[in-house]
Amino acid sequence: MLRFLVRRLIGVVAILLVVSGITFYLFFAASGADDVVRLSCGRNCTPEMREVVRQNLGLDKSLIEQFWIFISGIFTGRTIGDKACDAPCLGYSFANNENVFDKLADRFPVTLSLAIGAILLCTTIGIGMGVLAALKRGKTTDKVTTGVALLSGSAPIYVLGPLFIYVFVQQLGWLDRPTDPPSFFGDPGGWASALLLPWICLMTIHMAMYCRLTRSTMVDVLSEDYVRTLKAKGLSGRSVYLKHAFRGALSPIVTVLGVDIGVLMSGTIITESTFSLHGIGMLAVTSVVDSDLPMMMGVVMVAATFTMLANLAVDMAYAAIDPRVRLS
Amino acid sequence: MLDKTGVGAVPKEIVGRSPSQLAWRRFRKDRIGMVSTAIVVFFFVVAFAAPLISKLYGKNPYTRYGQTEPGLLNSRGFPIAPNGGMSGDYWFGIEPTLGRDVLTQLVYGIRTSLLLAIIVVLIVTITGTILGITAGYLGGRTDYVISRVIDTLLAMPSQLFFIAFTPIALALFVSDRETTPTWLRAMALIIVLSLFGWCRIARILRGQVLSMREREFIEAAKISGASSRRIIFRELLPNLWTPILIVATIEVPTYVTTEAALSFLGVGMTEPTPDWGRMIHKGFENMQSDVTYMAFPAAAMVIFVLAFNLFGDSVRDALDPKANR
Repeated sequence: MLRFLVRRLIGVVAILLVVSGITFYLFFAASGADDVVRLSCGRNCTPEMREVVRQNLGLDKSLIEQFWIFISGIFTGRTIGDKACDAPCLGYSFANNENVFDKLADRFPVTLSLAIGAILLCTTIGIGMGVLAALKRGKTTDKVTTGVALLSGSAPIYVLGPLFIYVFVQQLGWLDRPTDPPSFFGDPGGWASALLLPWICLMTIHMAMYCRLTRSTMVDVLSEDYVRTLKAKGLSGRSVYLKHAFRGALSPIVTVLGVDIGVLMSGTIITESTFSLHGIGMLAVTSVVDSDLPMMMGVVMVAATFTMLANLAVDMAYAAIDPRVRLS
Repeated sequence: MLDKTGVGAVPKEIVGRSPSQLAWRRFRKDRIGMVSTAIVVFFFVVAFAAPLISKLYGKNPYTRYGQTEPGLLNSRGFPIAPNGGMSGDYWFGIEPTLGRDVLTQLVYGIRTSLLLAIIVVLIVTITGTILGITAGYLGGRTDYVISRVIDTLLAMPSQLFFIAFTPIALALFVSDRETTPTWLRAMALIIVLSLFGWCRIARILRGQVLSMREREFIEAAKISGASSRRIIFRELLPNLWTPILIVATIEVPTYVTTEAALSFLGVGMTEPTPDWGRMIHKGFENMQSDVTYMAFPAAAMVIFVLAFNLFGDSVRDALDPKANR
């Protein structure tokens, strides 16, 4: 187990290095040193200032050296020009000179809150619907849930979000327009109500996958011999379905869940822009629009890290769910 | 349910039927499949006939009718007539502020999304198939390298990479972003989407080939001295058409929505190219005053995606009746 973990973590770090290397190359080298200086320095930039920027960013050094400075800055910190940049240093924004890491840390709670609520809602409701449909296979309940799942999975978030805002906020006035949530620990009620609409939206879209997947794997599992044996042994229906059969159906669900957690934690770009929430995803869009290279680099690194870690967590979860899986 | 349709039925006279005939029979009996196919075909026909529709209808998606003809837009730029300015002349209403015709924008917008999606699906399917078969058939070091690349790409947050790399792909072609021609922008989108898209298909095909490689008919071909080329093209590929076709069908709506999403975020197709994603974005901004402009592209998008998903399901059921739903 420990060996597996260590080996996989090394793999994660290796892939992250490759990803950051490629991203760094594409962002900084492909744009060319002059472009980078122009982006960093802004419009009213004298030739002397250009030279200072060039020196500060280390653009006169070779690419490998520049990349090394960037990577080592993450672990040891570095000084850019006359500004010190502490240990997890991802540089300073070109657009407004903010520390990239601080900015990411500042935006992260919004993304995290969005992700937690959405995942809780869509797994409970999606999986619940899937189990229900599988148990009532062929009956009306099954047809209705499958139909709902199909329909809800077909509306992209940029269609569903505006629709929900129009109906529930502007017309009916049941909900407030979503805002950046206050801290969960200070004001849990306000936190939940600020994000309720985006959660419902994400749930509607993501639950379809869980519902369909749970239903199909559950149907498979229910036809297995061991389920028949359990029934013959006289176990109650609840115990057979929820304890034994459901556990057997869980592995593929966890796979999808892992992917979703990775996606949600690295910033649901479209959701955040639709509901104007200032999370990591929104930061990604603004940094792309502003050509803010260090910020883009930071967002990509954070997103890649979360995605990789979520994948790792999925593999670990397999072993916990399915005793046949041995991690090696 | 599926067993009753064609496969299990014994005709009086035994007529030989090819697998594709059987699949077609199953497909024709699938009522939802036929309806969704009709809708999908309708969207394709509209996209194809966009110039004809525009000509018969007498408007185009570029002219700002609302700004030249008085009585269409009010001083704040919103349509004067109710329901977003729907009238005998402007069937689906007119766009707020710019005053363009909604129907033609919608019709030409299908073209943008569908054309991009289909080109990407073609590229992705071809590269994915080649790389997947190569990895699965050759095995060893080649397989290892391709599989690691697939793993890495699949592990990446694709949405973020799309928006981050589209400007870079653009910068490869032009230095000044102000004057990017439309086809270059489309090219950049296609490149970025294809770059991250091939790995899903490649992974599925690799798995298929891996299990097929050990089967007797491949062994027989090898023993009888067939070349790798012959084995891949004459033995493996005919058995892989089903998964290839199924995956390709499922991918089309995915790319239609992804393209529209990029335009919605403002990193996709730009003015004046008609585009559903941008229409939805503009409709969203003006939703409180004029909800009609949002309603048409949104409804069109949902109907298209739903129909295409159902169509994909039916194609899968027809080609691969054993796959459970």
